[in-house]
Amino acid sequence: MKQVLVVDDSPVVRKIARRILTDMEFDVAEAEDGSEALRYCTEKMPDAILLDWDMPVMDGLEFLQAFRKLPDGKDPKVVFCTAQNHQQSIMRAMTAGADEYIMKPFDELILRDKLEQVGLV
Amino acid sequence: MQQQSFDALCAYLKRTSGLILDQSKQYLIESRVLPIVKREKLGGLADLVMILERGQNADLAKEVVEAMTINETYFFRDRTPFDKFRDVVLPKLIEARSKERTLRVWCAASSTGQEPYSLAMILDELSNKTAGWRVELVATDLAEAQLKKARSAIYTQFEVQRGLSTAHLLRFFTQHGDSWQAIEALRKKVQFRQLNLLSDFSSLGRFDVIFCRNVLIYFDVATKSDILKRMGRILAPDGALFLGASESVIGLGTDFVPDQVHRSFHTRASAAAPAAAPAVARVGSAASPVAAKLGKPTIVASRPLAS
Repeated sequence: MKQVLVVDDSPVVRKIARRILTDMEFDVAEAEDGSEALRYCTEKMPDAILLDWDMPVMDGLEFLQAFRKLPDGKDPKVVFCTAQNHQQSIMRAMTAGADEYIMKPFDELILRDKLEQVGLV
Repeated sequence: MQQQSFDALCAYLKRTSGLILDQSKQYLIESRVLPIVKREKLGGLADLVMILERGQNADLAKEVVEAMTINETYFFRDRTPFDKFRDVVLPKLIEARSKERTLRVWCAASSTGQEPYSLAMILDELSNKTAGWRVELVATDLAEAQLKKARSAIYTQFEVQRGLSTAHLLRFFTQHGDSWQAIEALRKKVQFRQLNLLSDFSSLGRFDVIFCRNVLIYFDVATKSDILKRMGRILAPDGALFLGASESVIGLGTDFVPDQVHRSFHTRASAAAPAAAPAVARVGSAASPVAAKLGKPTIVASRPLAS
């Protein structure tokens, strides 16, 4: 079973994402910010990460830059899922190594579609 | 259509399928659901709603829901047909049309434009192989409101996240507030025209590829057959026809057959013959002169000059 790490400071978003991903038969792990996510990834590398941008302690972009430098951090798919909806933000994220980008608000169809785009479904 | 029946159907769809339809979607019920009312020989929309409310006809309920959702088209819908268009059909046609240097694609039920723009993106990505060619992408739809949106190429944030990769979004769209618009270079690749498939469409000229997805299911067998036969007359003999995932040519008396290898599109029966030739060779000898003889003329016949 493939694992998706959901990184978001909103418990509501994490709960929604967990429900959708569980329905899609993914194993789901959660982290509240980039720093916690990075700690998690050094111990156990997920298959994909659903990543918020604006979070306390370490934001999504900082996390992504640090994550891609981890020894096994190149392969997992990283899908941003954020309210940072400007074209420039999307370009920055993709340049930093994101595989896909979801603009909030999102729903099951969009999440499913984006996971399909990165080859996880 | 009575407002009361419209509201009742909306309430039913919302309750059973989560579909939210506002007044602007009334045309969808008229174009998609009323044909079902007619086919079922019901007195009107109110009768249909009554049957649905009783919950005793699951097939009919499913059909109504599909009729309402099917219009919610999105980019690269079902993905596979577009993959086959890019990876199988286009390379073959580009090779076959190397002298004429002309390629014509018809998107016969273009709705709000996501399908033709998806095709346009693929054509753009292969444009290095068609430099100097006349590549035409004609998109038609019956509904002027749909065509207006398609021509504007302006989509909501939700719409550009359905089927469209972020790479395609950044490459082919620009953001305007909460909306995204296809760049002019992409818009210019598609010619939109209003057209009723029931009317004569021979004046559109000859095409190498026809996309006619998720529209024939709303016609009766005789009409489907008529439309497909007329499409057959304007599709190049080695061209490809793409239908919706749940649509089929079986029993319609046309000369279209599913492609023997890639079942997701249809070819003319005459053009499909060469693929059968190796099977003849396998039965006998791979080097069988008989098999070679059988195969050769058919291959020639499957590659006529484009008009």
